[in-house]
Amino acid sequence: MSNVFVVSGSPHVHGDYSVKKIMWGVVLALVPAMLVSFWYFGIGAISITLVAVSSCLFFEYVIQKYFLKQEVTVSDGSAVITGVLLAFNVPSNLPIWMMIIGSFVAIVIAKMSYGGLGKNPFNPALIGRVFLLIAFPVDMTSWPLPIVNRTVLCDAVTGPTSLGILKEGISKGESVSTLASNLPAYTDLFIGNMGGSLGEVSAIALIIGGLYMLFKKIITWHIPVSYILTVFVFTGILNLVNPEIYIDPVFHLLTGGLMLGAIFMATDMVTSPMSYKGMLVFGIGCGVLTALIRIWGAYPEGVSFAILIMNTTVPLINKGFKPKQFGEVNK
Amino acid sequence: MKTFNLGGVHPEENKLSGNSPIKVCSIPTTVSIPLAQNLGAASVPIVAKGEKVKVGQLIAKGEAFISSNIHSSVSGTVLKIDDIMDASGYRKKAIIINVEGDEWLEEIDRSADIKREISYNKGEIVSIVKDSGVVGLGGATFPTQVKLMVPEGKKAEYLIINGVECEPYLTSDHRLMLEKGEELLIGISILMKALDVSKALIGIENNKQDAIANLKKLAVNYKGIEVHELQVKYPQGGEKQLIKALINREVPSGKLPIEVGCVVNNVGTAFAVYEAVQKKKPLIERVVTITGKTVKNPSNYMVRIGTPLSFLLSEADSMPEGTGKVINGGPMMGKALTTLEIPVVKGMSGVVIMPEGEAKRPNAYNCIRCGKCISACPMGLEPYLIALMSEQNKFESCEGERVMDCMECGSCSFTCPSGRPLLDMIRVSKNKVSQIIRLRSNK
Repeated sequence: MSNVFVVSGSPHVHGDYSVKKIMWGVVLALVPAMLVSFWYFGIGAISITLVAVSSCLFFEYVIQKYFLKQEVTVSDGSAVITGVLLAFNVPSNLPIWMMIIGSFVAIVIAKMSYGGLGKNPFNPALIGRVFLLIAFPVDMTSWPLPIVNRTVLCDAVTGPTSLGILKEGISKGESVSTLASNLPAYTDLFIGNMGGSLGEVSAIALIIGGLYMLFKKIITWHIPVSYILTVFVFTGILNLVNPEIYIDPVFHLLTGGLMLGAIFMATDMVTSPMSYKGMLVFGIGCGVLTALIRIWGAYPEGVSFAILIMNTTVPLINKGFKPKQFGEVNK
Repeated sequence: MKTFNLGGVHPEENKLSGNSPIKVCSIPTTVSIPLAQNLGAASVPIVAKGEKVKVGQLIAKGEAFISSNIHSSVSGTVLKIDDIMDASGYRKKAIIINVEGDEWLEEIDRSADIKREISYNKGEIVSIVKDSGVVGLGGATFPTQVKLMVPEGKKAEYLIINGVECEPYLTSDHRLMLEKGEELLIGISILMKALDVSKALIGIENNKQDAIANLKKLAVNYKGIEVHELQVKYPQGGEKQLIKALINREVPSGKLPIEVGCVVNNVGTAFAVYEAVQKKKPLIERVVTITGKTVKNPSNYMVRIGTPLSFLLSEADSMPEGTGKVINGGPMMGKALTTLEIPVVKGMSGVVIMPEGEAKRPNAYNCIRCGKCISACPMGLEPYLIALMSEQNKFESCEGERVMDCMECGSCSFTCPSGRPLLDMIRVSKNKVSQIIRLRSNK
């Protein structure tokens, strides 16, 4: 017996876990919301999604292969997620070239420049989105109406988002009850029949995706629940104080990017805290900032900014909120 | 169902040899009995080259407080005392004996009769256990007599018996609980007497229903011994996890189980205590599982200490083509061997043979900060963080993160989706931190 054996430290078995499984699991969880966006925004949504995903993959491939000269890992699915999420965060009639620039910012600047997957401090899709919002404010805030624009690529019939109508009206001194007639019904908000970024409209589809990720243990409940609950409580209290200025909290939950942000963006494992306690703090922070921006900020929507700001606090949160240790000795 | 609450993983169980009764391995022509077989100081040889020995004869003495006696497992002539390769991969001193016949010391009771009556007092039991060279057979090989001497000011309330065998593949404890149940319970009663405790709890994971049923049935006749069924979860065989699972007490960081009134022993150890005290038979053989997916007949063998592993494997006909890795112990905590020319020792509970396809680790990628290692760590540490600090040589910070609490169960590396060798880096850090601690206490 003169065999040569492999020698390595224990453990000698590895669980059935991989980055690929996690990332493609997230992609699968995004499919319901993607289908809803295709249904409401038609060809525009399809082309935007395709462009975003393929340019994200392209930029990641080029950077890994020719600049960093490392193993190309585009098949791990993380660039696909960034592409889909970026597409979800823009209106369906956004010019294609802008989408490509957005993908460049997301992948090259927000992800690869830090060293690629796992090293980026900010959610790449959100950086891409905020860049587009600041660079192209008009194109990024003209929202195609659902259904009527199914076959339109560019010159879509547009209208403001529900949050936009509210912000505009309140700032002009109108009351919530008079504005209510211009707002879509809650059932429409819930299934996604409203103007908005293409992936954020359907709460139900996003929740289905979230439940799938919970079931597959890709995410835990801590961030989405604490985030959504905080927005609900915050806006609920204001609504109780003065319902004529502050709309009811259910409206806040169902409009804008809250569901998308809370379920898919804030839970990005790379840019969120490590411990359960830290996740709760992170979620509450996101919730408070979102509500603050929505109610008193200049923008009608604050989810992207809230999550990006909280991303900056993650190292501190990780330091301050440690997981529970076994046999902790009280000092 | 009872289990521990913090962390843990569930590797594929692969208990292939669970239904295979213990066979007796034949005696080789020479044995090499290492002098360092226990945790603590190595034993000192008391035989010389050319001397005749019998089975069970004392051949090396444990002189330090934490050390253990070693007995000859065969009869024959001492060939030499020389350096040989042992399971650690280092060359260490061993007594090499040429086997002649199978002549046992006369006082050893080799009959199959079960001797139930315990005729010794506390002090006598401890000294017999010490003289017989009994060590923890779960793998840690801590000298058992030291565990039986409860430090002053502490009181043992429970004797915890570890029948968990949470490592995948291994079944030596399982077979003992099935085949030597009565002896085991007598051994436990002896340990209870030595520790002066009225309660002993046996923890067994519920993938060994037959062993649970067997011991439950037999335990009716033994006062104070309870059998507890535990949910299958790795690393429940860690003593801190087992205590938590059974009586919901947490051993404080850096302390021993006696801090919460517990003494933990493995079922194999309890059986060895029975043989030592009731049959006057020192620890000269143990059950070793030979297993693996490509092994023809995964089975359990009663093997004399010092038998070359290559001899045992060829007797078991268990060296299949395309073997990529041979593990001393289970796949989670065992050590990969470089050669089969090593002796079976007191701490060897099994050998797992892995085919080439499974021998190599997955590729390692960037940490994606998913936190799976944190939720897997049974000690509540942050493996990703300690590994990172270790890579950056920040060992003082590792100490602050309580790296010394790590028992190297491997749950972190096992779960890491990026395939990072977390435990390797943590081991480096543990090594460095213990050096730092030693330097500090020397000042």
